[in-house]
Amino acid sequence: MSRDWPLWEVFVRSRRGLSHIHAGSVHAPDAQMALRNARDLYTRRQEGVSIWVVSSSAITASSPDEKDPFFAPAADKAYRHPTFYDIPSEVQTL
Amino acid sequence: MESDLAAGFERLLNTDQRIEPRDWMPEAYRATLIRQIAQHAHSEIIGMQPEGNWISRAPSLRRKATLIAKVQDEAGHGLYLYGACETLGVDRADLLDLLHSGQQKYSSIFNYPTLSWADIGAVGWLVDGAAITNQVALCRCSYGPYARAMVRICKEESFHQRQGFDILNTLAHGTPAQQAMAQDAVDRWWWPSLMMFGPPDDASPHSAQSMAWRIKRHSNDELRQKFVDITVPQAAAAGLSLPDPELRWNEQRGHYDIGPIDWAEFWRVVKGDGPCNRQRMERRVQAHEEGRWVREAAVAHAAKHSKRSGADQAGTAA
Amino acid sequence: MITQPALAGYALQLGDDALVMAQRLGEWVSRAPELEEDVALANIALDLLGQARALLAYAGEMEGHGRTEDDLAYFRDEREFTNLQIAELACGDFGEAIARQLAFSGYQFELYQRLQDSRDETLAAVAAKAVKEVAYHRDHATQWTLRLGDGTEESHRRMQAGLTRVWPYTDEMFRTDPLGQALAADGRAVDAAELRPAWAEYVTAVLREATLTWPETAAAPGGGRQGLHTEQLGHLLAEMQYLARCHPGARW
Repeated sequence: MSRDWPLWEVFVRSRRGLSHIHAGSVHAPDAQMALRNARDLYTRRQEGVSIWVVSSSAITASSPDEKDPFFAPAADKAYRHPTFYDIPSEVQTL
Repeated sequence: MESDLAAGFERLLNTDQRIEPRDWMPEAYRATLIRQIAQHAHSEIIGMQPEGNWISRAPSLRRKATLIAKVQDEAGHGLYLYGACETLGVDRADLLDLLHSGQQKYSSIFNYPTLSWADIGAVGWLVDGAAITNQVALCRCSYGPYARAMVRICKEESFHQRQGFDILNTLAHGTPAQQAMAQDAVDRWWWPSLMMFGPPDDASPHSAQSMAWRIKRHSNDELRQKFVDITVPQAAAAGLSLPDPELRWNEQRGHYDIGPIDWAEFWRVVKGDGPCNRQRMERRVQAHEEGRWVREAAVAHAAKHSKRSGADQAGTAA
Repeated sequence: MITQPALAGYALQLGDDALVMAQRLGEWVSRAPELEEDVALANIALDLLGQARALLAYAGEMEGHGRTEDDLAYFRDEREFTNLQIAELACGDFGEAIARQLAFSGYQFELYQRLQDSRDETLAAVAAKAVKEVAYHRDHATQWTLRLGDGTEESHRRMQAGLTRVWPYTDEMFRTDPLGQALAADGRAVDAAELRPAWAEYVTAVLREATLTWPETAAAPGGGRQGLHTEQLGHLLAEMQYLARCHPGARW
């Protein structure tokens, strides 16, 4: 989908007093639609929640405990970048 | 260096900790997970079709509402799972291409038709019941994003199964025509539901590796047995029979014995010769193709507006 | 003097609108242009179905013959349905569906916003809940109208064509209906004619921003509130009602 609709990370505060927690991601063409898609997907039919959406590419990450040499320790993506890997065709089924 | 990384990976597995997206992982682990999670997501999406088939004809407004909610949840579950899969470095668009071209599969239970309203009950009770049996275990799978998606999904699923059972139970205590409808649906969905757990593990060579990686936590046969043991008493409670003359309680084993499963049918359906394989794909591909102009319009609009107002990277709704 | 049958009739109008729209929206499940849209459209369908159930149940209560929401939904004929014709249109193209949603949700928003002040407690309560829901529906349609109108050439063309097909049915939404007018005079309902200016102002602004043109189309004859419908309603009801009608008296 980042061929067309980019990926956004979603943070939800389910009620006052709590902080925003990462809920997952959504695809959307822009921030306004991302907010709406996030509301529909992560807070369905719930009132009063606060939602933040951030373009996944805007996230700067550091998780030193997670160990892959591909990820430099500073200022790097939260996830592996799709273009560096091919979808493996030869894999097992359940 | 790689052996240190592999040792670190093994240590996480052995201490039942989660592997997260930025952890080193064997390429085969990553590849297996991508396929498993993607196919799980595809199953949710394709599963919307047999159930969506009865939205327009649900016989009461309450049933119509719960059915729409159920199918909506399935779309949502697909989205959670595609999201989890994308953390492994794949694009949802590519995964959908693989589904549409037949290179990735979906659960073949959805290649069966929903022929009557009672089928909606049977699908909720048996198909979701089987899925839940599988999914509870996945909440503890080794890959963090997948496990977390499964926790979210499991919370929403139990309502679906109860609704399915309630539909059948109501029919089973209804008019003679309704009772017959319910029994007919159960007769058609029972064996395919048992097949959802997959072939016996001795016919499944990759099971051992999946277990070692804690992607799979129980064998196919174990899960199938668990499902049977839970479901048989439920059928009795609803006054419905199950189409297996060899089904009986085995006191020694402490489990129900079942008759032989027709694995030839399973493989026929998996390979594309089930009742609805072609139409499930056609409908899916058609929705995708017909939606192309809409998706492209949204991209074009975003491009026009980000040029005008500067990159639009974040939004909030308090 | 306001009679309960009058209230029943009014609640039935609004309930039929919501029910028929929900039925049309349900058709988009597994056919939407993107999975996120399947979720969004299902959400709107559910909200409308909830409104329909509340309003039909109230109509049955006011009518006083013991008819339930299901009796009213599944056992009335085409000539007894009092929904606006715009709700029953079969919109094949997503552009047409969004055009219809923009018009209809815009109407519902103005309606419910005012109906919150109804002297009738039940209608006021239904409206208070519904206005938040339809604000969201209207916003959803607005966002898509902007993106389709000001997207690609193809999307602009299709959105404009959708508007043109739907627009003849918008006039009916604002025709004064004797029932609504009488109840409005008593502070219980809203006179539909009052809603037109605010609706038109909102929609005009959206279409302008979307680079779309307000369609210059003649108004369709209408008659939905009197049980006169397009040929499409009959097919919609046949599909919706047939199973319940096959087993009269059965519980589901």
